Amino acid sequence: MSGFLQNTFNGLVSGAFYALLALGLAVIFGMLRVVNFAHGAFYMLGAFGAYVLLSEAGVPFWAALVIMPVALGLLGMLLERAVIHRLTRLDPLYNFLLTFGLTLILQDLVKSRYGIQSSPYATPAELSGTVDFGLFDFPTYRVFILGFTVLLCVAVWWVLGRTRVGMVVRAATERPELTRAFGIDVGKWVTPVFGFGIALAGLAGVLAAPMRAVNPLMGADLIIVVFAVVVIGGLGSIFGSVAAGFGIGLIQAWGEAYLSDFPIVSQTVVFVVMAAVLLWRPAGLFGREEAPA
Amino acid sequence: MRASVGVAAASAAMVVLLTGCGGGGPQSGGDSKLTGDKIVLGVLNDQSGAYSELSGKNSVKAVEMAIADFKAKYGDKAITKNISVETADHQNKPDVANSKAQEMYDRKGVDAILDVPTSSAALKVADVAKEKKKLYFNIGAATTDLTGKSCNKYTFHYAYDTYMLAHGTGTVTTQQVGKNWYILYPNYAFGQDMEKSFSAAITAAGGQVVGKDGAPFPNTSGDYSSFLLKAPTLNPKPQVLGTMQAGAELVNVVKQYNEFKLRDKGVGLAVGLMFITDIHSLTPAALAGTTYTDAWYWNFDQQNREWADRFQKETGTRPSFAHAANYSAAMQYLEAVQAAGTDDADAVVKNLEGKEINDLFLRNGKIRAEDHRVVHDAYLAQVKPQAEVTEPWDYVKILKTIPAAEAFRAPSPDCKM
Repeated sequence: MSGFLQNTFNGLVSGAFYALLALGLAVIFGMLRVVNFAHGAFYMLGAFGAYVLLSEAGVPFWAALVIMPVALGLLGMLLERAVIHRLTRLDPLYNFLLTFGLTLILQDLVKSRYGIQSSPYATPAELSGTVDFGLFDFPTYRVFILGFTVLLCVAVWWVLGRTRVGMVVRAATERPELTRAFGIDVGKWVTPVFGFGIALAGLAGVLAAPMRAVNPLMGADLIIVVFAVVVIGGLGSIFGSVAAGFGIGLIQAWGEAYLSDFPIVSQTVVFVVMAAVLLWRPAGLFGREEAPA
Repeated sequence: MRASVGVAAASAAMVVLLTGCGGGGPQSGGDSKLTGDKIVLGVLNDQSGAYSELSGKNSVKAVEMAIADFKAKYGDKAITKNISVETADHQNKPDVANSKAQEMYDRKGVDAILDVPTSSAALKVADVAKEKKKLYFNIGAATTDLTGKSCNKYTFHYAYDTYMLAHGTGTVTTQQVGKNWYILYPNYAFGQDMEKSFSAAITAAGGQVVGKDGAPFPNTSGDYSSFLLKAPTLNPKPQVLGTMQAGAELVNVVKQYNEFKLRDKGVGLAVGLMFITDIHSLTPAALAGTTYTDAWYWNFDQQNREWADRFQKETGTRPSFAHAANYSAAMQYLEAVQAAGTDDADAVVKNLEGKEINDLFLRNGKIRAEDHRVVHDAYLAQVKPQAEVTEPWDYVKILKTIPAAEAFRAPSPDCKM
């Protein structure tokens, strides 16, 4: 029983990363209709930023947790203004190529400066212990990640659901043309929303630094699963991306724990789920079919 | 479009090559025993990916150091002063390694290829060497097939292999740390090979493998917690977690091993394959007490240290065993050409076979004629606690020197030259 609870907890922790990344991808896709392939690279930059801040300026984890998302959010807004919005009127393929190219450039820039070998980043001392839950104990840092991510998702939920800004974003995400027809200036929200999505990726990166290998390719490995998560949740569906993120984390953890004698199954379960969802609901679990133009 | 560019490049290369040969022939005076009156060494390895730091471009530097030392040693008596290095990135892909090796031997005039990490790529290059009848010193790959069913007359396996790693770490850790093991390995050729070699060594030393799991490879989630949680709950409880993951995956395993405090729960850590660069990225604090088998260590003795100082001047970093082995293999090849008086591959092989060597890398070294395994002393290393680390990169102490005769397996009956 305690083993099951531990594996469940771990699944939720992995899911927290998927949820943060998928949430960012979903709001960006919703507002801009851009599939941001550079998302994994910004996750990597978040982790590397934390490493550089700590090793070269002595800036601790807690400060990095604020500095990196803000800095990367601003960089994201700059990129959106400078290049991405110029391509949004063209075929989506152009932005796909652009963001993919950006990924390669960012990865290689980091690689040329810091090499391919992983960089060290220790867990902050306050969080390096374990929490005793009675039935089992669990690393404090993982408890922190889970709590922090859930709070963050609730906060995003509140902003989108209860504020005027959120209303505009939701409207623009689901029915962009209609929202414009009501005289709402969707355009001025596009850049901040892109920056916000990138900031979430950067935040996930900072959170990952103490428990994952920090190297230029860390985002490239993860982003494949995150795309599957977004497709399962429904492209552009904010609730769907978070729910699917936690769900896939759980399925992976259970698969690895209880199907480890069948590695083929436990390794492909995410993509099998994705294929099944696409057959059953082509727009994803929580996505809505786009109205024909 | 692409094809025509390729054809143009190829024909341009041909023209260069032909004019090069035409010019070189008469100048060589006819009495040289060297093709083109020069020696070309080829370093074929990973220059951008996962293994680029533990070997990569710095191995090219190491080979250049060997050439300089060779010229300094023989001066005017050297068989030639025209020695150069060609290098290429095989990206750890067998097909790229195959075509780059062909290109090196056929078009770049390479006499001997060095390094080639990644077992699948290494085996492809062994086939090319056999077909072209040109020399090949493998350093970076671990598979024992290079001296087993894929052995051939022109291929030498230089630095280490899965048997050496498993025999050293598996045997001594079982005797000194604990008899019960849990093995975690990446589920592909290298990991499966390592798991088998370790299980054999552990059982032979009187230990027991109480559990083993193949983790997904590549592990896209980066999470190993289900395995790490399972380890202490097994019955009997394992005293050693043996991880066969390498590079970034090893970093993930070790970070999470520490997160779940397995050492405090009485489960020690042994690592199948680790390079000094891995310890540098994890920090000694994260690995303190971990045992592994090393083929060479830069701060082992004065000779190693002096060479490591020179290497650091060239590259800005300390050498891994792969760097030292590349230096040694280049040096021994040049010595063999000097002794044979020709770069004819068969004559050089004849000179190398059975040779006993002591140099920077090879201690009590011998090039076995039966299977072309280069045997030498190996070392059981343990990562120091952070408090004992007195200078950058000096991360391990050598617990035991494993004599050359024990460090490697006996020649395999699968090898038919």
